[in-house]
Amino acid sequence: MTDDRKPMIECRGVHKHYGDYHALRGIDLTIRAGEFFSLLGPSGCGKTTLLRTIAGFEDISDGAILIDEKRMDEVPANKRPTNMVFQSYAIFPHLTVAQNVAFGLRRDPRGKAEKAALVEEALAMVGLRGYGNRAAHALSGGQRQRVALARALILKPKVLLLDEPLSALDRKMREQMQVELIKLQRQVGITFVLVTHDQEEALVMSDRIAVMFEGEIAQLDGPEALYARPATRRVADFIGVMNFLPARILGEQAGTATVEVPGLGVVDLPERQISRANPDDEGPTIGFRPETMTLVGPTQTHSQPRETNATIDEVVYYGDMTYYDLRLDGAAAMDGKARPVRISMRNVFGRDVQEVGTRTRLAWSPGSLVLFR
Amino acid sequence: MAKGLDAQAKQGYALIAPPFLYALVILAAPLLTILTYSFLTDGYLEVVRDFTVSNYVQVWTDPIVRTVMLRSLMVSALVTLVTVLLAFPVAYYVSFLVRPERKSLWLFLITIPFWTSYLIRVFLWKVILGYNGVINSSLTGLGIIDEPLTFILYNVNSIVITLAHAYAPFAILPIFVALEKIDRALLEAGRDLGESRAMTFWRVTLPLAMPGVLAAVLIVFIPTIGDYVTPELIGGGKIPMIANLIQVQMLALDNRPLGSALAVTAMAIVALVSVVFLLINRRFLKVRS
Repeated sequence: MTDDRKPMIECRGVHKHYGDYHALRGIDLTIRAGEFFSLLGPSGCGKTTLLRTIAGFEDISDGAILIDEKRMDEVPANKRPTNMVFQSYAIFPHLTVAQNVAFGLRRDPRGKAEKAALVEEALAMVGLRGYGNRAAHALSGGQRQRVALARALILKPKVLLLDEPLSALDRKMREQMQVELIKLQRQVGITFVLVTHDQEEALVMSDRIAVMFEGEIAQLDGPEALYARPATRRVADFIGVMNFLPARILGEQAGTATVEVPGLGVVDLPERQISRANPDDEGPTIGFRPETMTLVGPTQTHSQPRETNATIDEVVYYGDMTYYDLRLDGAAAMDGKARPVRISMRNVFGRDVQEVGTRTRLAWSPGSLVLFR
Repeated sequence: MAKGLDAQAKQGYALIAPPFLYALVILAAPLLTILTYSFLTDGYLEVVRDFTVSNYVQVWTDPIVRTVMLRSLMVSALVTLVTVLLAFPVAYYVSFLVRPERKSLWLFLITIPFWTSYLIRVFLWKVILGYNGVINSSLTGLGIIDEPLTFILYNVNSIVITLAHAYAPFAILPIFVALEKIDRALLEAGRDLGESRAMTFWRVTLPLAMPGVLAAVLIVFIPTIGDYVTPELIGGGKIPMIANLIQVQMLALDNRPLGSALAVTAMAIVALVSVVFLLINRRFLKVRS
């Protein structure tokens, strides 16, 4: 990520109160020009509120929002250099597709023919060439979304705001639109700010992601950093699947920690694998992703530095993947609680799906562990 | 499948049979009687069974009928205009500005005028607008005017005021329903695409509310053109509308064939106006989902 791009949106200590409800609690955020940025979080975390304050539909209680280095305090929604794709798409039902797309061009001084050409160009960009005369209600969900995109992009905004734009589409359509949105963003170079509760969607599409809980940003990072090194247990839990095991810290020096994990043994973890900003007060915890460990057969060799014996408790077959719930030998040693861990294996050709109750070996590397403390 | 459908169809017919018969007896039969009467001859206190079109010739050539008919159309149009123009802001207020949990209370309050009889409400307006009525006595008492205002009683103004009040809920409710159906995100989209609140209202809210407005127009226009109590009481009998004319022919002069011809003619004109509005409404409904 090139960090030298100029900031497009700056939120400085943004607070939003609805009566007693504190929806945004001091958001500090810089979104750079040309970035595909996502606000990710569960419902009620304030991500949509933040988007709506940027769009100008909600006033902020405290702080400041700057777009393209101008304060937006007194600027109403219709005067901001932003356009929005609404969750419901908000296609005007009394207008045709072309009239919808041309809605924002009313005060554009260009001539009728020129505007019609612009509309046709915008429709072509979203793959709806020739749909101009259709009635808005005759469109499918995916087509409505494209009209909403064309309607916003025709105005060449500095920022395009997308409020859960894909949540109403079925899975296939959603995946297709994700790719199209990425391509579109690269093509037009406009800053995209996407609100979503779907972590997979955020990982696929974004340059950077802000994970929000209860009106605060829990972590702001690129997709890979967010997935591999979540800042808190809660972020780790929200993004993808992560196994958690209690850990005992045996010693610490120069940023490195030596911890004992029941079932996995004693490991040394370097600074980069330790998350210290951990508000979830549950004691030191080791986390790892299901795909970072491998099941190996009794005679199979592997190149991982460590291995652990385990019993398969549960097998969930997904076609391309199989999830195994394992009981690690010695996992219950610390306090007697059984803590199953989930391992995912790709069903590559020639690899058999294991059966419940099988004794197996788990090969892993300390490099895949994250310590939350 | 076909058998099941038959059973279902039978059940459907059975369900609509009682109201259908009721409508036939109460609605269709009197209408047919009136239609028949209008082609028969008046035989002084009785109806002679001779087919004639002379009633219609008389109705359509009589300048008095024409004057009264035009006045009725004018007054109803005025009442409709005033009612709908006043109803729209009320419906808008309730739909957009009243908190959701308060809306039903507001609708309930709007229907309060229906709690008393129409006749009593008309009388009440007479008391308010009259020569020695509430308005005039207050204004003279306060010394604002020396003589009672005369432009508010026994003329078209007073009829318009009374009918606009009486039909207000009929106009408010359909407009309210149309406004309620508008997705609020559409208004935000209008603002987002660069339009002010006023232009968003003009380009989004109003076109989407038009089906409700046109429904209100029809609901107010059709009954007001046939109203004869208000012109009689508030208008002081000096400015008869078409319904008063029909009443005079039917009851006072006992010329039922001529009264029927008047009634059928009035009905045809109302139907024509209604069809025009329905066609306009279809244009607005067509593009909606």
